[in-house]
Amino acid sequence: MLSIRNIVKQYAGHRALDDVSLEVPAGQVFGLLGPNGAGKTSLIRIINQITAPDSGEIYFDGIKLNQSHIERIGYMPEERGLYKKMAIGEQIVYLARLKGLSNAEATRRIKNWFEKLEIQDWWNKKVEELSKGMQQKAQFVATVLHEPDLIILDEPFSGFDPGNAEIIKNEILELNQKGATILFSTHRMESVEEMCTSIALIHKSHKVLDGRIKDIRNSYRDETYLIEYTGNKLELNGSEPFSMLGETYTDDTHTLRLKLNEGATSNQVLQYLIPQVSVNRLQEVIPSVNEIFIQKTK
Amino acid sequence: MNKVLLIIQREYISRVRKKAFVVTVFLVPVLLLVMYAVMFLIYKNSSELNATRTVKVLDESGQFGSKLHNTSNIKFDSTSEPIAQARKDLKKHEDDILLYIPKNYAGIKSIQLLSEKKPNINVANAIERQLNDIATNNNMVARGIDTAQLRNIKSNISISAKEVTDTGDKESNIGALYIIGVAGAIIIYLSLFIYGAQVMRGVIEEKTSRIIEVIVSSVKPFQLMLGKIIGVALVSLTQFLAWIILSLVVSFIANKYFNAPQSPMLGVLEALKNVPFGYIISCFLFYFLTGFLLYSALFAAVGSAVDSESETQQFMFPITMPLLFTYLISVSFLAQNPDSSLAFWLSIIPFTAPVAMMVRLPFDPEPWQVGLSMFLMVVGFLFTTWVAARIYRVGILMYGKKASYKELVKWFFYKE
Repeated sequence: MLSIRNIVKQYAGHRALDDVSLEVPAGQVFGLLGPNGAGKTSLIRIINQITAPDSGEIYFDGIKLNQSHIERIGYMPEERGLYKKMAIGEQIVYLARLKGLSNAEATRRIKNWFEKLEIQDWWNKKVEELSKGMQQKAQFVATVLHEPDLIILDEPFSGFDPGNAEIIKNEILELNQKGATILFSTHRMESVEEMCTSIALIHKSHKVLDGRIKDIRNSYRDETYLIEYTGNKLELNGSEPFSMLGETYTDDTHTLRLKLNEGATSNQVLQYLIPQVSVNRLQEVIPSVNEIFIQKTK
Repeated sequence: MNKVLLIIQREYISRVRKKAFVVTVFLVPVLLLVMYAVMFLIYKNSSELNATRTVKVLDESGQFGSKLHNTSNIKFDSTSEPIAQARKDLKKHEDDILLYIPKNYAGIKSIQLLSEKKPNINVANAIERQLNDIATNNNMVARGIDTAQLRNIKSNISISAKEVTDTGDKESNIGALYIIGVAGAIIIYLSLFIYGAQVMRGVIEEKTSRIIEVIVSSVKPFQLMLGKIIGVALVSLTQFLAWIILSLVVSFIANKYFNAPQSPMLGVLEALKNVPFGYIISCFLFYFLTGFLLYSALFAAVGSAVDSESETQQFMFPITMPLLFTYLISVSFLAQNPDSSLAFWLSIIPFTAPVAMMVRLPFDPEPWQVGLSMFLMVVGFLFTTWVAARIYRVGILMYGKKASYKELVKWFFYKE
């Protein structure tokens, strides 16, 4: 869907993006991660053609990004807002028409969306009369109304209460199932693991990591295991096939974190443990996206 | 282009719908109507003032009586009744006035003008003038000066200002031209700032409400700026057009109902008839429009650079200075010296031309000067729009950053 190649963006005094390349495959929910100020918003603005890169290129479905793509992208910025004194319905019609929809078509689709979100009676309300969560719902409708192929959401869940966040999350996933590619930036890792198929991590203007979440997590496995056992405390004699990382003891249960020695397997660990203690659980520790994030952005 | 039209439409409709707009559209014709009514009342009053009053002269000194001469609204009538009796008579004829000149009239306030109804100031002044003339004359005769010769020495010149034109000399009323010039300058000055500020406020609103980023993901910043400026320009033109039409209607009605052929204002109105209003109004619209485009682009740039209206001061001052200066000297200097070299330069420089040229226009500046000024206006607004757009496109996306001039220059040189 999107192929981002060697993007450089220089602002006076600092480089916001330094040779960033990314592939966003069609049909995915793609998470763009990174600490504040890493360059996520700069990249998103370039994809939306709000600003232009100093060098590098972006291809949209294999075609160099141009004005005609604007209508195929829906963008909800992190800093979002609507005209305060304008009626909601009228306002979304306006925004949709700027994206190329006709007046009648926009009106029809908004009515459908408002029904779906159970906000039909909002049409004539002014934005300033709505709560922040309500405004965000309206903004979401405005973002996706023209049925874009690529939906870009910058921190989509900030400002939503958990209930509304759930509704919006489900709407995003539904749109994805209908064929839209979703690109969203966030630093809330729970939503990433829940929703994303792939991620890219941007740190200090560079891309430090990208790929499918499963592959990334697997590649960060470091032979660490978690073992729970009962019985007497394990005595180590130096012949064990692992090294200890830590041990805790609660409610008659010992919890052990260990790292396999070079070439050792989990079966060898069990063989070593079973004669001494009664093993309840053995589990490989696969780092979470959150852990990888923290490790990579230290 | 289609998108610019959409933006223009939104900017226009959202403003025209406001109550304040509707009120102002109707306020001006109403004020005009009030003005007509006041003129009518003044006329009615003045016809009362002009009624002839009879002045009974009781001259105990014997120096004045025979020398007072009647004027259009004063009729002198000498009497020899004693003062007490004359006072009593006044009660009977309440329109009459009694002029009492005691034997020794030279003392301060010794001559009295008595009446039941307060004598109006014109009558009192006219009598006073006559008395002074007579007394002066008497004094000269007493000192042996030949008054007849003196009268010949005195000159009595009154200027008749005539404009030499191809179609013949034409009576020109300098006062009326002055009023038109200054009025045009004031209206253009005020509306440039009122509507320019509307553009600026619109930009700030989009920035603070954060809708800006949603919109620039659909349209280019320049399209948005252009749409906003044109939208507001159309609002202002709507307002002017409504004013012109409603004023014509009001004038028509007023002429019908307050028909006042001898009104003192008629002289001024008569003089205005010689002014080519069509030409001046067209020039007004041209200078307003180009001046508006020039200034509102700058205002838009200022709006994009700040986060709230209170921060605009530091940028507004230098931008508005040239126009404010021209405006301030328009009444005192430009209108009195419309052909001076300062007036010429101010009416050529695009930043000051809208006000300066409006002052000069009724005085018929040379066509090449008007042409040059108009040409430079167009060049000027294209230039400021270009500069402003470069600042605007960066500024609108800078939240929470306090912009300095250095910052603005940097933004200007940013690549896209």
